[in-house]
Amino acid sequence: MPLVKGGQIVEDSFVRVADDDAIPPGVPVIVSAKRLLADPAAIVAHDAPVGVIWPNDRRVAELEPWLPGLAMVGLVFPTFRDGRAYTQARLLRERFGFRGELRATGQVLRDQFVFLARAGFDAFEVKKPEDARVFASVMGRYSVFYQPTADGRVPALRRRLREAPAARAREAV
Amino acid sequence: MTSPLQQKVKVNGPVVVTANRVGDGAVVYRRADGAWTTDLAEARVATDATTAGALIAAAVADDLRAVGPYIAPVQVARDGALEPGNLREIIRRLGPSIALPQSAGN
Amino acid sequence: MYRYDDFDKILVDERVAEFRDQVARRLSGELTEDEFKQLRLMNGVYLQLHAYMLRIAIPYGTLSSAQLRMLAQVARRYDRGYGHFTTRQNIQFNWIKLSELPDAMADLASVGMHGMQTSGNCVRNITTDQWAGVAPDEIEDPRIWAELIRQHVTLHPEFSFMPRKFKIAVGASRHDRAALRVHDLALRLHHNPHGEVGFEVMVGGGLGRTPFIAKTIKPFLLKRDVLSYVEAILRVYNSFGRRDNIYKARIKILVHELGVEAFSKEVEAEWRAIKDGALAVDDAAIADIAGRFSYPRYERLDDTPRALEAARDADRRFDAWMDNSVANHKEPGYAIVTLSLKPEGGPPGDATAAQMDAIADLADRYSFGEIRVGHEQNLVLPHVAQRDLPALFRALDSIGVATPNVGLVSDIIACPGLDYCSLANARAIPVAQEITRRFGNLDLARGLGRLHINISGCINACGHHHVGHIGILGVEKNGEEFYQITLGGKADEDAKLGGLIGPAVPYEEVADVVEDVVAAYLELRARPDELFIDTVQRTGLEPFKERVYATR
Repeated sequence: MPLVKGGQIVEDSFVRVADDDAIPPGVPVIVSAKRLLADPAAIVAHDAPVGVIWPNDRRVAELEPWLPGLAMVGLVFPTFRDGRAYTQARLLRERFGFRGELRATGQVLRDQFVFLARAGFDAFEVKKPEDARVFASVMGRYSVFYQPTADGRVPALRRRLREAPAARAREAV
Repeated sequence: MTSPLQQKVKVNGPVVVTANRVGDGAVVYRRADGAWTTDLAEARVATDATTAGALIAAAVADDLRAVGPYIAPVQVARDGALEPGNLREIIRRLGPSIALPQSAGN
Repeated sequence: MYRYDDFDKILVDERVAEFRDQVARRLSGELTEDEFKQLRLMNGVYLQLHAYMLRIAIPYGTLSSAQLRMLAQVARRYDRGYGHFTTRQNIQFNWIKLSELPDAMADLASVGMHGMQTSGNCVRNITTDQWAGVAPDEIEDPRIWAELIRQHVTLHPEFSFMPRKFKIAVGASRHDRAALRVHDLALRLHHNPHGEVGFEVMVGGGLGRTPFIAKTIKPFLLKRDVLSYVEAILRVYNSFGRRDNIYKARIKILVHELGVEAFSKEVEAEWRAIKDGALAVDDAAIADIAGRFSYPRYERLDDTPRALEAARDADRRFDAWMDNSVANHKEPGYAIVTLSLKPEGGPPGDATAAQMDAIADLADRYSFGEIRVGHEQNLVLPHVAQRDLPALFRALDSIGVATPNVGLVSDIIACPGLDYCSLANARAIPVAQEITRRFGNLDLARGLGRLHINISGCINACGHHHVGHIGILGVEKNGEEFYQITLGGKADEDAKLGGLIGPAVPYEEVADVVEDVVAAYLELRARPDELFIDTVQRTGLEPFKERVYATR
């Protein structure tokens, strides 16, 4: 499953470690939520970046104390129809100020890229290689958004108010 | 939702596999050669669970041409002619049971 | 009327291009139906019994004449010459080809129309009262708020994959003409004791398998807080709504299972964290939206001009129509005209392309170019000068939309039912048609007074049968069509669910049963002007049960 970051397919620098396997020193690792919460201080003290896969049916507030020590949080879309991770992503970014890599995992298709990015995801384990390849062009397709999120895009209302006199004169039917 | 492939296929009489054509949504029936036809008379009739199961499995895999296939009952008249087996299939085959609004200018 | 600006247009155009690409990928096989289905649903494309169905949003039921003409064009060019107006102020076309949908959508986009979010597990068309902006009893125009919220929830990145659909209604009068209390979320503008205007917030209403009347979770919400509060509600629903069972996935189930208190606490906690952030609605935001709503430049006219009285005296049919289909307007000298789409023997809520074109022309001539769609599946011309009513009546009559049965027994609300819909168990349209034939005598219908019949072809209740004065629900028994009858439902500010009166009756008997119910009402009513619904509430169901089931 290709990983897309920065608009490109990249190698995953993290290694997923199973719950009963030892954590290799010096290697960026991803652990399960269960493992992290069993001994969080020890896990975040790892000598390389640490990431966690957080299930979509637990509040991310539980993760908040450990965020400063985490380089990556992976959220889960068991099917693309299950949108709980969008809320989790926004809370992580906008409520708890998480600045590390926020990765979408599970069933991630090109038709969700824009929603995912606007919700705060910046890394995508994309289900289909073809979708991974077109990531950048898909993202470039949309220029108008109504809602303010943390993605930095100015929502339509604010753009209207900035461009006020010219825009109002150009009204379409 | 259980996929049709996982549901146990039960057959209580003659059945066909029907679906809607992808491009225009028209009602279609699966033929023995795997093609889809709008003519019920050409549909492959199955009378046992195994045959029906194979028919529906093939139909489900044929996602490119037909949408939402399922097993529908038919009645076989004495002369062998196929008729839809319930009201829903009658309506699918013949269209709404009411007159459509007429518009002058169509 | 809200006028799209460049930003609104670009958003819709970008989505049309996206959908065109998605259709191409579906037809080439690059997308499976499983992957495509959610995408087409987000653009209002359903698969029904015979064909694809396109549901087009008519935001808060308001249409311009240009938009109505385009709907007529879509009906002619891509469909079979007619469309169906729904109980959520949308329009449906039943025969569109998938391969032609991108072109149909491009045509619609050219007049600012689309099918976005008329289906799928997202926020659906935000509805309101078809008399919004012109009703005398209204505090202010609820459509400004409906539009503000509509933009906020359109392609919202967080709330496009919720447990299930989410329906919002906005009202601004004590008398509820928008069925607020059977919506997932309803916002009702009203005054607090200090004279401020704010929203009563009601959550968890809905019909279907488990009907509920909405509960008030916040009696008074300031206008500035409406977006953040809606966001908080959606966030709680998205996080905790059930996803294991589609029949338990609506917010009404979450409210019921958590309890109103616990649910409300979650919402308040979330809301407190965001209420002073980017979603606080400032005056500039309100002014921007309100500024794009245009209102007619009404003339200064007198109420009830002499010529109008004379016309009523001269023409009995016009007089009957005036009594039935014309309502008071907040502006002196004007009137609100309802166009009945329920002719005797006709399919309720359908209009032909020719009718749509004619109505668009009449709107230009007599209603400042504006039309409304009501959830009762009738149309409205909201700004008619009283002096124009005689000429308008003649024109409406000539195209068959002046049956003076608005709100009467033959003004039936019905879903498409088994004639069109793949979810249905039984037909609804021919049942409605037969009832309208039995009550085709307008004197009889008038004599019965206000009487709402609602027919649903399955438990999904798109016909709102639970809240009909007479509710009719189609079920299937041994391959035959049967119908359960309920009485005493109400959809207004006194919303309640109807009660079942007995075992389901077969298709052939439904109209007979309605006649029996009506006969019982005529015997039981305390006075000629005691409404059917009031008689039922006074006597209870027993006398009706006895009458209907005496010989069944």
